[in-house]
Amino acid sequence: MSCKAAFVYSKQYTNYKFTADHPFNQLRVELTKDLLETENQLKEKHIIEPRIATDEEIGLVHDKDYIKAVKLAGEGNLSLDDGVEFGLGTEDTPMFVNMHQASALLVGGSLSAVEAVLDGNYAHALNLGGGLHHGFRNKASGFCVYNDGAIAIKYIREKYDLKVLYVDTDAHHGDGVQWAFYDDPNVCTLSIHETGRYLFPGTGSVTERGLKNGYGYSFNFPLDAFTEDESFLEVYESSIKEVTAYFKPDVIITQNGADAHYYDPLTHLCSTMTIYERIPLLAHQLAHQYCNGRWIALGGGGYDIWRVVPRAWAQIWNVMLTNEVFTNGLSAQWRDKWQPKAPVSLPAYWRDPSPLYKPIPRKSEITEKNKLTLDKALQFTRNFAKFNPTRKQGNGPS
Amino acid sequence: MLVSDIMKKNLITLGPDSPIYVALELLHKHHIRHIPIVDESNQVIGIVSDRDVRDASPSIFASNQSKDLDNAIKTIMSTPVVAIHPLDFVEEIASIFYEEEFACLPVVQDNKLVGIVTEKDMLQTLIQLTGTHVQGSQIEIKVPDQIGMLPQVTKVVGQRRINITSVLVYPYTSDPKYRVIVFRVQTMNPLPIVNDLKDKGFDVLWPQELEKSNEL
Repeated sequence: MSCKAAFVYSKQYTNYKFTADHPFNQLRVELTKDLLETENQLKEKHIIEPRIATDEEIGLVHDKDYIKAVKLAGEGNLSLDDGVEFGLGTEDTPMFVNMHQASALLVGGSLSAVEAVLDGNYAHALNLGGGLHHGFRNKASGFCVYNDGAIAIKYIREKYDLKVLYVDTDAHHGDGVQWAFYDDPNVCTLSIHETGRYLFPGTGSVTERGLKNGYGYSFNFPLDAFTEDESFLEVYESSIKEVTAYFKPDVIITQNGADAHYYDPLTHLCSTMTIYERIPLLAHQLAHQYCNGRWIALGGGGYDIWRVVPRAWAQIWNVMLTNEVFTNGLSAQWRDKWQPKAPVSLPAYWRDPSPLYKPIPRKSEITEKNKLTLDKALQFTRNFAKFNPTRKQGNGPS
Repeated sequence: MLVSDIMKKNLITLGPDSPIYVALELLHKHHIRHIPIVDESNQVIGIVSDRDVRDASPSIFASNQSKDLDNAIKTIMSTPVVAIHPLDFVEEIASIFYEEEFACLPVVQDNKLVGIVTEKDMLQTLIQLTGTHVQGSQIEIKVPDQIGMLPQVTKVVGQRRINITSVLVYPYTSDPKYRVIVFRVQTMNPLPIVNDLKDKGFDVLWPQELEKSNEL
C-alpha cells in the first residue's frame, strides 16, 4: 500500500524560538526532515512550502487584541506588564523578535496541510511545525502562541463543512483545542495524556465531556504517571477505535506530541518507541476506513529532541507514505552529521533496547487504574452503541 | 475569605402561604435544593429543602387525588433557621456545614435575607484554594516544621518569572516533625524551579526523578 502524502516544511520554522535554553526547540523538525532524507524516504517532490496565515484566519480562534499584542511583542513594543494578561513575556512563552510572523507561519503550515488534503490530491499531510495545542483565545501558554490545530479545524468547519475528529497523544492535555470546540457537536476531541494531578495544564479529566450540543464529543483519557507501553497502547487502541466508530468523522487530525517517552524531561510517562509505531499505523488505518484517507498530522510537544522526537516523527511520515515503520538500524550518515552537536549519544536503532529501564514496581496498579479510566471515559459511546445498534450515522445522542 | 465573597445573590424565595406545589416547581425549574421562606419584610422565617417537599408529596404509586401539595409551605418548613452574616469567615461556616450537616445556609444582614451559601459553593471555594482550576504544574516539597521555611521556598520560586497560583501546607503524615508544601505554578516546565530547590537542599517529593533511580 502506498499513499500520496505531503510534507509541509520550511527552514523558517526554526524562527519560532523563545530563548537559547528553552525546552521547545523547532530544530526537531529539521532533524526529522534530515533523518528522512538520509533514509531516502523523503524527496523534493513530497515537500510543500507552508503559506503564512492571514490575521483573519488566525482570528478564527484568537481575539484581535491578542493578535495585536503578539505583533507588538515581536517588535519589542509590549512591556512585560502589558504582556501578562496575554501570557506573553512569561517563562513559558517569552517574547521574541518577529514572534507573530514565526507563529503565523506555523499556523499557515497547518492550513497548507489541510488544503493539500481537502483541495489537492493528497491523501495525507504532515506539518510537524504545528500542533501547538495550549494556545488560548486571548492567551499564550505552555510554549504555544497561536493554536494552529484549532485554527485548522475552524477553517475546515467554515470552508468545507466536514466533521472533524481531533486525536491528541501529546503527554499534556490538549486543553486549548478542547475548549475551542467544547460545545460543538461537529468537532470531536480525544486526548490521551498524563494525569493533570501534577502535570501541566491540570485539566483533562474523564468528566470533561463537552457542553450543551457538544456534550459527548470531548473524550479524555488521563493516564497515571509511569504508565508504560502496553497500558498506553491498550488505552490508545480502544479509545481511538471506539470513538471513531461512534463519531464517524469525515477527516482526522492528529496531534503527535512525542513527549510521552521515558526519556522526555518534562513528563513522567514511561513509553518507548513502540507506541510511536502504533500511533500512526492505527490513525492511518482508521483514516482509510472512515474518511477516505483524509488525515492531517501535526507535531506538538517533545523535549528530548535528539533521541526521541526525530525517530517518532519520522515514523509518522513513513506510515503515511508506505503504511510501514522503519526497523533495524538508523541512518549512520544522520548520526555522524548530528552527533557532534548533540549533548547525548544518538540512538543507533529505530527501536529502543528492551528493557530501556528497570521494572516499575507499581506496574499492575497503574495498568488497572488506566483500564478503569478507559472504561469510564468510553461508557458514553458504549452505551450509545448498545442502545442504538441500528443507527448508522455517528450523530451521537439527539 | 468572607461569606460575602462566595454567597449567591440571585435568590429564589417563597412566602409562608405559598402552596407546596409551587416550591416543587421552583426546585425543578432552577435545579436548586433549598428555598428560604421569607415574610413581607424579607426576613427569613424558615427554609425548605427538596427532601421536605418530597416527604410531603404523595407516593408515586398513589392515585392522583391527593390535595397534600395545596397546603401552605409554612406547614413543612424548618424553623428556626441557622443563618450566617456576610462578614463571617468562610473557614468558620465550613464547620457549621460539617457539624450540623446542613447543605445550605441563608445569609442575613439587618434581619433581611441578602444571600445564600450551599455546600456546592463551599466545594467550589475549596477547588479555587487548591488552584486546580487554572493551568499549572504541581510541586511538592517536604520541609521541617520550623519557622521561616515557607519564605525560603517562595524566594526560590520568585526568582524565576513564574506565577504561583496556590500554596497549601499539609502535615506530613508519617512524621509530625515535617510538613509538605504544595505549590501550583503557572508553567509547563517546572524543572528550573525544581533544580533550584534541589540545589538549595530542599527535599522535592514531586516531580520525582525516575530517570536516575531507574537508569540501567
